[in-house]
Amino acid sequence: MRICVDADKCEGHNRCYSLAPELFEVDDLGIASALNDGHVPAGLEAKADLAIANCPEFAITIVEE
Amino acid sequence: MSDRDPSDMSPREGCPVHDWATDFDVMDEGYIKDPAPVWEELRDKCPIAHTTRWGGAWLPTKYDDVREMARAAPTLSNRSPGVIPPAPEMRELLIAEVKEFGSELPPISADPPEHKPYKQLILPLFSPKAVEEYRAFTENLANELIDKHIASGKMDAAVDYAQQIPPRVIAYIIGIDPGRADDFTDWTRGIIELGQTDPEARMKYRRLIRDFFQEMIEERRDNPRDDAISKLMAAEINGEKLSDYSVIGVCFLLLVAGIDTTWSSIGSALWHFGTHEDDRKRLYAEPEILPTAVEELLRYYSPVVMARRVLDPIKFGEADMVPGEKVIMNFPAANRDPDVFDRPDEVVLDRERNRHIAFGVGIHRCAGSNLARMEMDVALRVWFNRIGEFEVTDPDAVRWTGGQVRGVRTAPMRIKA
Repeated sequence: MRICVDADKCEGHNRCYSLAPELFEVDDLGIASALNDGHVPAGLEAKADLAIANCPEFAITIVEE
Repeated sequence: MSDRDPSDMSPREGCPVHDWATDFDVMDEGYIKDPAPVWEELRDKCPIAHTTRWGGAWLPTKYDDVREMARAAPTLSNRSPGVIPPAPEMRELLIAEVKEFGSELPPISADPPEHKPYKQLILPLFSPKAVEEYRAFTENLANELIDKHIASGKMDAAVDYAQQIPPRVIAYIIGIDPGRADDFTDWTRGIIELGQTDPEARMKYRRLIRDFFQEMIEERRDNPRDDAISKLMAAEINGEKLSDYSVIGVCFLLLVAGIDTTWSSIGSALWHFGTHEDDRKRLYAEPEILPTAVEELLRYYSPVVMARRVLDPIKFGEADMVPGEKVIMNFPAANRDPDVFDRPDEVVLDRERNRHIAFGVGIHRCAGSNLARMEMDVALRVWFNRIGEFEVTDPDAVRWTGGQVRGVRTAPMRIKA
């Protein structure tokens, strides 16, 4: 599973970071990016799914590979 | 600023509402107490309602509509974000000031491109990392408040607890004396509660706050401190220092937005637990669900609505909006939309999929959302740790405030260590 944060859509709510700090980082302005180039380590898929489902800006998507 | 024309003053303000679709009143007593039935009716009948009360406004009630409108900057402008527009004399003053100095309360009252640099100045104060630095201060404060009342066996969760925390935390962050918290709270209520419908109060408290921050600037002019005011005074936008007017505007915003909102959220959350035994027992038994519960309480008791001003003609659904009209960003109603949330009118403490928009969406997302969440987390955690049993003594004695910010203003409780 691979995910991506659209930096143009992200407004810094930081929901993804608080739900899944293993998968996301945020800068001082709160803008999020996916760690590890978006590759979700095995076992963390449910957390990635929750981050996607809680983003108020619909900024996180699954990258089709 | 284009605010209400004096001739627009509706003679019906204060009269009962017969048709919420065409004549809603956000200051109606029943609506303030429980707006959800009105939203439910409107979603089916007229999802973007209209009124001529309070200078005239549109009221969306569907999640997708609210999101779309919140993201329609600057056609829907933030230049006058108050739900109830200022009276004519204040409107004149604001127009003159904004012409000379720029946005009144940046970034909340600013549109692109003026908005972004101001938002970027304040966001670092409220990043997840920054707010963790205020956690210990907040925890001490919450514990002290409980120390003060626990032996008496009773405490007003709104007045003695919820109301006391945010003004001290935001004062600490801005760099002003937390010991003056009662003043800051009075001023904020003067603007956000009293000032909505009392033009003289609005003017008076605005003056008090602006004069106070002018004084704070003078104290720091030659002796900068390690605080937000000094940082704002040293900051530059497009290579230029901020004017005193703008520094004061930002500080004014931080103070007012930092107080009423979070106080309302903490108060509503404790009121909920004080009146819902099942949820209270559940949080005692499963403290690990607190972060999810905080999000659910934010959704269900969303305290804040903001307004936009129509600059150019725009159409949403059946609503033909014309320049000068107000649009109420009804985030609380969006968060009860059954098309988005299962069982929207129930508090489900472990609701894991919760894309609520209590802090708004788009460029005007609440800059202090991480701070508010931290304060709610600490306030509830300390309360549940220190207090073994509690309940609201008289559920009918609860008083809600509404308009711009909805929250519990009094919630007397029996408490036991």
